[in-house]
Amino acid sequence: MSTTTQRATGAPIVRVDGRAKVTGAAQYAYEYPLENMAYAWPVQSTIAKGRVESIDDSAALARPGVIAVLTPDNVARLQVDVELPLPFLAAAVPDLSLLQSREVAFRGQIVAAVIATSLEAAREGAGAVEVGYEEQAHDAVLRFDDDRAYVPGVVNDFSPGNVERGEADRAFAEAPVRIDATYSTPAEHAVPMEPHSATAAWDGDRLTIYNSDQGPFYSSLPISALFGLDPGQVEIVAEYVGGGFGSKAAPRPPTMLAALAARLVDRPVKVALNRPQSFSLTTYRTPTIQRLRLGAERDGRLAAIVHESVQQSSTLVEYTEQSVSSTRLLYAAPDVRTTARVRRLDVPTPGWLRAPGDAPGVYALESAVDELAVELGMDPIELRVRNEPDADPETGQPFSSRNLVGALREGAARFGWEGRDPAPASRREGNWLVGTGVAAAHYPALVFPSTAQARAEADGGFVVRVGAADIGTGARTVLTQVAADALDVPLERVRVDIGRASIGVAPFAGGSIGTASWSWAVEKACGALLDAVQEHGGVPPEGLEVQADTTEDVGALAEMSRGGYGAQFAEVRVDVDTGQIRVDRMLGVFATGRVLNPRTARSQIVGAMTMGLSMALMEIAEPDPEFGDFANHDLASYHVASNADVRDVDCVFLHEDDKNLNSIGGKGIGEIGIVGAAAAIANAVHHAIGLRVRDLPIRIEDVRPALQDLRVR
Amino acid sequence: MLQDDTRSEVSLRINGVDRTVGVDNRATLLDTLREGLGLTGAKKGCDHGQCGACTVLLDGRRVNSCLQLAVAADGGEVVTIEGVAGLEGGGDLHALQRAFLEHDALQCGYCTPGQICSALGAMAEAERGWPSHVTGDTSAGVAGAASLDAYEVRERMSGNICRCGAYGGIVAAVLEVAEADGGRS
Ligand code: FES
Ligand code: FES
Repeated sequence: MSTTTQRATGAPIVRVDGRAKVTGAAQYAYEYPLENMAYAWPVQSTIAKGRVESIDDSAALARPGVIAVLTPDNVARLQVDVELPLPFLAAAVPDLSLLQSREVAFRGQIVAAVIATSLEAAREGAGAVEVGYEEQAHDAVLRFDDDRAYVPGVVNDFSPGNVERGEADRAFAEAPVRIDATYSTPAEHAVPMEPHSATAAWDGDRLTIYNSDQGPFYSSLPISALFGLDPGQVEIVAEYVGGGFGSKAAPRPPTMLAALAARLVDRPVKVALNRPQSFSLTTYRTPTIQRLRLGAERDGRLAAIVHESVQQSSTLVEYTEQSVSSTRLLYAAPDVRTTARVRRLDVPTPGWLRAPGDAPGVYALESAVDELAVELGMDPIELRVRNEPDADPETGQPFSSRNLVGALREGAARFGWEGRDPAPASRREGNWLVGTGVAAAHYPALVFPSTAQARAEADGGFVVRVGAADIGTGARTVLTQVAADALDVPLERVRVDIGRASIGVAPFAGGSIGTASWSWAVEKACGALLDAVQEHGGVPPEGLEVQADTTEDVGALAEMSRGGYGAQFAEVRVDVDTGQIRVDRMLGVFATGRVLNPRTARSQIVGAMTMGLSMALMEIAEPDPEFGDFANHDLASYHVASNADVRDVDCVFLHEDDKNLNSIGGKGIGEIGIVGAAAAIANAVHHAIGLRVRDLPIRIEDVRPALQDLRVR
Repeated sequence: MLQDDTRSEVSLRINGVDRTVGVDNRATLLDTLREGLGLTGAKKGCDHGQCGACTVLLDGRRVNSCLQLAVAADGGEVVTIEGVAGLEGGGDLHALQRAFLEHDALQCGYCTPGQICSALGAMAEAERGWPSHVTGDTSAGVAGAASLDAYEVRERMSGNICRCGAYGGIVAAVLEVAEADGGRS
C-alpha cells in the first residue's frame, strides 16, 4: 500500500459518470431492453371524488396489440395495512395501493391501466376504456380560514404541529414595532426531466424493478411489504436517475403499476408517465398560506415571532410540511409560536419537493424580516445580525457550527451591498427599475445509518458498493473520491457501485442526508478493508471483502443543533411599462461544512438557486375548483425557468471545519440553495418598485398596478 | 413503404448507417429510435414539444423528435447523441461533449443529449446567419457561431429545459466550442 496521502476529496473532479451522460450511454429506468416487453398506460379518474361503478374494457381489449386491462377486478391483492418502520415510507403506501379499492380520492388517480405490446397500442387502448362513476361533491381548494384544517401531532420533520416557547401572542401584542402579514405560495411540481418511469419483471416470487428512484433500498421496503414479500425478494435498480428533487424519494404509483401489470400478464412491463399524468401522480409541493407576526424593539431585537401556516394534503395521507420549523431557530426571539395546520382535500397527495417546508416557510419568514427592516429603517443585513442567537433558540443546544453572519457579510462584500440606497424605486436605469434583496437560508444537516461494502481485488483494484442513488448530485463521483482517500489510492483504482437495493441498507438521496450518510459507511468500510488486508498480509487471490454499518456511529452522535446556513442575494429589474421582471444576478454564500467536490457542489447549489428563481417568478399549479386536481398539466402551462430566464447565478462556499457532523464534515447541499432564494427576489422586487407582493409567483399582473404611479415620474 | 393499414417500413440513415425499420404509423421518430432501434440516447421529457430532451439532428437541423412521425422522416438522415462524436471524424468525444464535461453542464444528464444536439443545431443556424429573437438587426442576422454572445446562446438554447439548472455551464460550453468570447451578457 502506498504511503502518500491522496486528497481526492476537495478536488474539482470531473463527474465519473459524465462521459456516459454526454454520450447517451447512461441507462435510465425505461431503457432496459428486456425480452418480451409490454407497455402499460394508466387510465385516470375524471372525477375528483366518488367511486368507480363500472369499467368497460371490451373496446380496449378489441384493439390490436392490447394484451389486458388491469382493473380492480383482476389486480393482485396487496397487503394494504402493512406497517413500515419509517413514517415517510408508510406515507407512500396509500398511493401505492393501486386499484385495491374503487374509491376515488382525486382527479387523475389511476382507476385502470391498459397493457399492450406497443406504446401506441397501450395509449390508444387506454382511451377506449369506459369508466362509470358515482360522483360526489368535492373540495380541492385550500383556504386559510377553513375550519376543517387541523393541527397534526407531528409534521414531516417529526416536530410537533404546534410549538411554543414563552408567550408569543402576548409578547407580539406588546411589542413596539409589529409586522403582521400573510403570504402564500402555490402548489409546485418537481418536474424532473425524466418522467417517473419503471420497468418491472417478475421471476417467480422475485421482482426486479428498474426504477427512476432516489432511494432504491428504501423503495424496496414498501413494495415488498405490499406484495407480502421479504425485502430481499425485491430488487430495485436505479443506476441513472433523471432528476427527482424529492418526488422520487419514495416509490410512486407508476412503479407499482409496472409491478402489478407485469404480475397480471406474466411478462416484463414498463411504464413511463407522460408529462400530464406526472402532474397528478407524483406528488407536489403543497400550497401554503402563512401568517407571520414579528414583534420587535425599536433597535431591531425581535421580541416575538408567530408563524402560522396552513397546508393541504389528500384524503389518503396526512402529510404536513415543516414550513414553520426554520423559524424556530433562525433568530433569537424569546417568545415564539409556530403552528402548522393541514387541511385534507380531495386532491392528489402532496409530498417532498426540494427543501420541503423550508423553501416556502423561509420565503415567508424572510419576506417578513425584510418588511420589518423597512419598518424600522434598518439595513436588512444588520437586522439579521442583531438577532443572531448563540445557541439553538429552540432547544438550547450548541450549534455544531453556524455561520449565517459570515455568509451575510461575505455576500454583502461580494455582491456590492454597501452604499445601497434602501429607498424603494430609487434606482432607475432607462426603462428599468432596479432593486436588490437579501434573505437568509437554513437547512438541517441530518445523517441516517447506512451500510457499505468494500472489496480489494488481487490486481490492486477496489470495488466499493453502497446503496446510494445519484440523481444528478454528483454522489457517484464524490463517493469515489471519499473511497479513494480512505483507501489511500488514486481514483482510477476505485470503482463505486451504487443504485441497487440489494447492496444493503442505505438512505435515499433526499433531505440533504444522502452523501453524508453514504460517505460515512464508505469511509468506514474502506478503513476496515485496509485493516483486513493488513491482517492477511496482503490481498489473497480471491480478493477480500468487508462490510460496514454506521448505525451505532450515527446513534452515538452528541445532541447538537446541526445545519447549513447561507445568505441569498438577488438583483432584479422591472420594466416600468410592461412589468416584465428579470433577475440580473443572484449570489448565494453558504456555510455548509466541507466541500467534497467544488465542481459538482457548485452545480447543485446553482441549480437549486435557479429553481428558487423559478419558484419566485414562474411556478404555479392552479387548483381547479370545478374538476379537482390542477388545471395546468404540462410544461407549456406550468412554467419552469428556461435558459433565457437565467442570467448570472453564482455561489460561494465559506470555509467551515465542523468536527461534530459526520465522518466527512459536510452538511449536505441538495436543498439549501433553494431556501431563501425566492425571498431574496421578492425583497428585491419590493426594493425595485416599492410594492410588496406576498403571493408567489410574482407576475407581471401583480406589479403593474404599482408601475402606473412610477411611470409618470 | 406502407405495409398494411397500420404499419410502414421506414428507411433512415442514422448516425451514418442505413437502417430500415418497421413502424406503427402512429410512432414518433423519438419512439422509433428509443423503442424500435434501441437508441435510447434521445430522451423523452414531455412527448409534446415542450422540453427539448428529444432533440436530434434531422437532415442537419435540430428537431424535437417527439413531434416528428417516423413515417414523415422516411429517407431522412438522423444524428442522435450516439453519433455526435462521429461528426468530428471518429474521436471518442465531440469537442462539445468534452466542453459539457469540463463546464459541468449537466447534473442528472437526462436533458444532456438534447442539449448537445440542440447546441450543434443552434451553432449551425448561426453559421447560416439566422437571427434569433434577441439579435439586434434581424434582417442582417448574425455573422456565424463565433459571433454569438451569452445572451444569444441563452435565447437559442431556451427550447431545452434543464430542471437541474445547468444553464450556466451549458452556455459556457457552447460559447467555448463556438469559439465565441461571451461578450455582452
Ligand atoms: S420530449 Fe420532445 S420536446 Fe419534450
Ligand atoms: S441535467 Fe438534469 S435536467 Fe438537465
